[in-house]
Amino acid sequence: MTNAKWVAGAFVAATAWGSVAAAQETLTMWYHGAGNEGEAKVLNQIITDFNGSQADWKVELQSFPQAAYNDSVVAGALAGNLPDILDVDGPVMPNWAWAGYMQPLTIDESKIANFLPGPKGMWDGKLYSIGLWDAAVSLVTRQSILDELKLRTPTLAEPWTLEEFNGAMEAAKASGKFEYALDLGTAWTGEWYPYAFSPLLQSFGGDLVDRSTYKTAEGALNGEAAMAFGNWWQSLFTNGYAQATQDGADRDSGFGAGKYAFSWNGNWAALGALKAFDDTVFLPAPNFGAGAKIGAASWQFGVSAKSAHPDGASKFIEFALQDKYLADFANTTGLIPATATAAAMTENYKEGGPLAVYYSMTEANALVRPVTPGYVVQAKVFEKALADIANGADVAATLDAATDEINADIEKNGGYGH
Amino acid sequence: MASKFTVSHRAGWLMAGPAFGLMVMFILVPFFFAFALSFTNQRLISPNPTEFVGLSNYRQLLGVGMLTLEPVKDDAGIVQLKDGAPEYPALRSFTRKNPDYPHLDGMRELFSFNLSGDKITYVLARDVVFIKAVLNTFLFVLIVAPLQGGLALGLTLLINQKLRGINVFRTIYFMPVVVSIVVVSILWRIIYDGNNGLLNNILTGLSFGAFQPVNWLGETSTAMGAIIAMSVWQAVGFHMVIWLSGLQTISPTLYEAASIEGASKWQVFRYITWPGLKNTAVLVLIVITMQAFGLFDQINVMTKGGPLDSTQTIVFQAIERGYGKQDISGGSAISVLLFLLVLSVSLIQRYLTRSVEAK
Repeated sequence: MTNAKWVAGAFVAATAWGSVAAAQETLTMWYHGAGNEGEAKVLNQIITDFNGSQADWKVELQSFPQAAYNDSVVAGALAGNLPDILDVDGPVMPNWAWAGYMQPLTIDESKIANFLPGPKGMWDGKLYSIGLWDAAVSLVTRQSILDELKLRTPTLAEPWTLEEFNGAMEAAKASGKFEYALDLGTAWTGEWYPYAFSPLLQSFGGDLVDRSTYKTAEGALNGEAAMAFGNWWQSLFTNGYAQATQDGADRDSGFGAGKYAFSWNGNWAALGALKAFDDTVFLPAPNFGAGAKIGAASWQFGVSAKSAHPDGASKFIEFALQDKYLADFANTTGLIPATATAAAMTENYKEGGPLAVYYSMTEANALVRPVTPGYVVQAKVFEKALADIANGADVAATLDAATDEINADIEKNGGYGH
Repeated sequence: MASKFTVSHRAGWLMAGPAFGLMVMFILVPFFFAFALSFTNQRLISPNPTEFVGLSNYRQLLGVGMLTLEPVKDDAGIVQLKDGAPEYPALRSFTRKNPDYPHLDGMRELFSFNLSGDKITYVLARDVVFIKAVLNTFLFVLIVAPLQGGLALGLTLLINQKLRGINVFRTIYFMPVVVSIVVVSILWRIIYDGNNGLLNNILTGLSFGAFQPVNWLGETSTAMGAIIAMSVWQAVGFHMVIWLSGLQTISPTLYEAASIEGASKWQVFRYITWPGLKNTAVLVLIVITMQAFGLFDQINVMTKGGPLDSTQTIVFQAIERGYGKQDISGGSAISVLLFLLVLSVSLIQRYLTRSVEAK
């Protein structure tokens, strides 16, 4: 290419860009997935398609690493400096909506009618955020392990009971073939604890907070059901079924290396488990008395309260909700597409696909984490309580203290607007 | 007409100005903010208005109580035994909604002891985690200050020799100081790993397999010790350099005189080196103490206060509450308490070291 041609090309490109920018209003967007190439590619595709599909709006993306994302939003909000569109972790959304960082979406109800319940971020009776995907947790093991330990294969209709679950752990331990029977993922400190383990508490009949009022945790987190859960949780460690402190590397590759018989893990790790063993199976959550439960709600899109163009922001989010993008995300990240029609378009979640079982689990067992602005604090309190109990703390005293701390926080916040 | 005095002062203020302004903006103003916020219910993010709550944040943090319990007796007054030990009524029946013990409501056991007969005495705290954080921080300071100062002095004496290649050793000892503490913490987390960390592997190798691997950061008995050892290793080089600068202010003529007099090595240290280092020692001690009270990064990267609160510290709690749990007022109250603690400890140290100088 000659110099003259190159200069001409650059000139054309520059003027073309200038004229487009002049005609379109810019919408800024923050996303938590910096460093994740696959996600970035799909999101950039959506943005390019949206920017090209109409002449009014132009979305500009800024990505943050996930670990720093929530802090960045809070800092940005305190400085009055939020983007138009932001993504938000489902359980955190009520906190930001209550604090006045977000505004309700203006999206046609019919567009999300067939969505799974988890990805719909409802607060105060209004839709504040909507997710393109959901996540689910299952008990990962191998068919050969089930056969060898002579265990019944649980189904969604007939999940393992508490006795069956404990029996499975004991059998795996007694076989002597595994370092530990169960890989709970205690290495993943942070949101994993409330996301993965609070459904177990809920399956016992307890909860982080009394959901009928959201004003107290008394009875929910320290009642009889919660005490039963706490004692069972501690027994997992005192019986030597699981590790209270786990090495991060063991969490990532321990099951594949045969160190564990069972792994309590999310669907994002499912493809890796399938690669490790041909006969990997994903078992549904056990039912400890009050029904089998797994967590729901993952990252979702919303519009910031201070956005000057909420209509454009909502348009972009609505545009992103097309089945083909849901399918693209699911194919890249392994997450569960939010609609059945999108699931049918994916390799993994279509009927008979290797991960289709996760879609049914989410449909059957999903329970969102408590929908309250106080969840952010409750999650931290719950995580510490579980870690302490796992390390041998007194169950009743620990759950009492956690209850008191949650109640004090609710009181300090004037009931969080409930 | 400005006198020469005020003119020179003006120049002084001008030169100090930038540093002074920054310190006011980033240290003084935030401190007064924290002081004021600690008397309110300020949240990190909240639509609710801020309210003045008086001393309630401090009461919550510092509330302690005592309770003595007698074992459960049957009607005849005979102590009931359970698994061979006397059985006591459940503590939570006194600390939760018991109208007879309103002052103990919401408290938890800090520790218990058995003084006379079969009575058991509980020391209770309203905020057990914070009290543990204070105790841990003091433990850290009490061990680290003398250990780090002493080790640094030892290293200084070793490297203050005229040997070939001594700069190599100086560099090696100083190297950890240059590396960010966060990076050092991540590396040591790998070294301390319970399965196949470097430390476990070395100890197993040296003992020909007799040593059982220890999860250094995962056990309540070893976690704090592991963090102390790593912290001392990281910071000792810095204080070594300060000692070294102190050593080099001592006049060589004193040493020459000592060698002519035939003084032993110990006498040289005891009567020339140590007295000459007195001011440096005060500096080193105060700096280490203040840094040790601020223990945070290692905890945040390596243990997050666990296991079972064995590595909770004051600053970690301040940040965990203020930012993690969005309770700015609680975090501020902790910061104010930390300030008062460090201030009083520094004043005591200043008083003690001044009396030593006067001798």
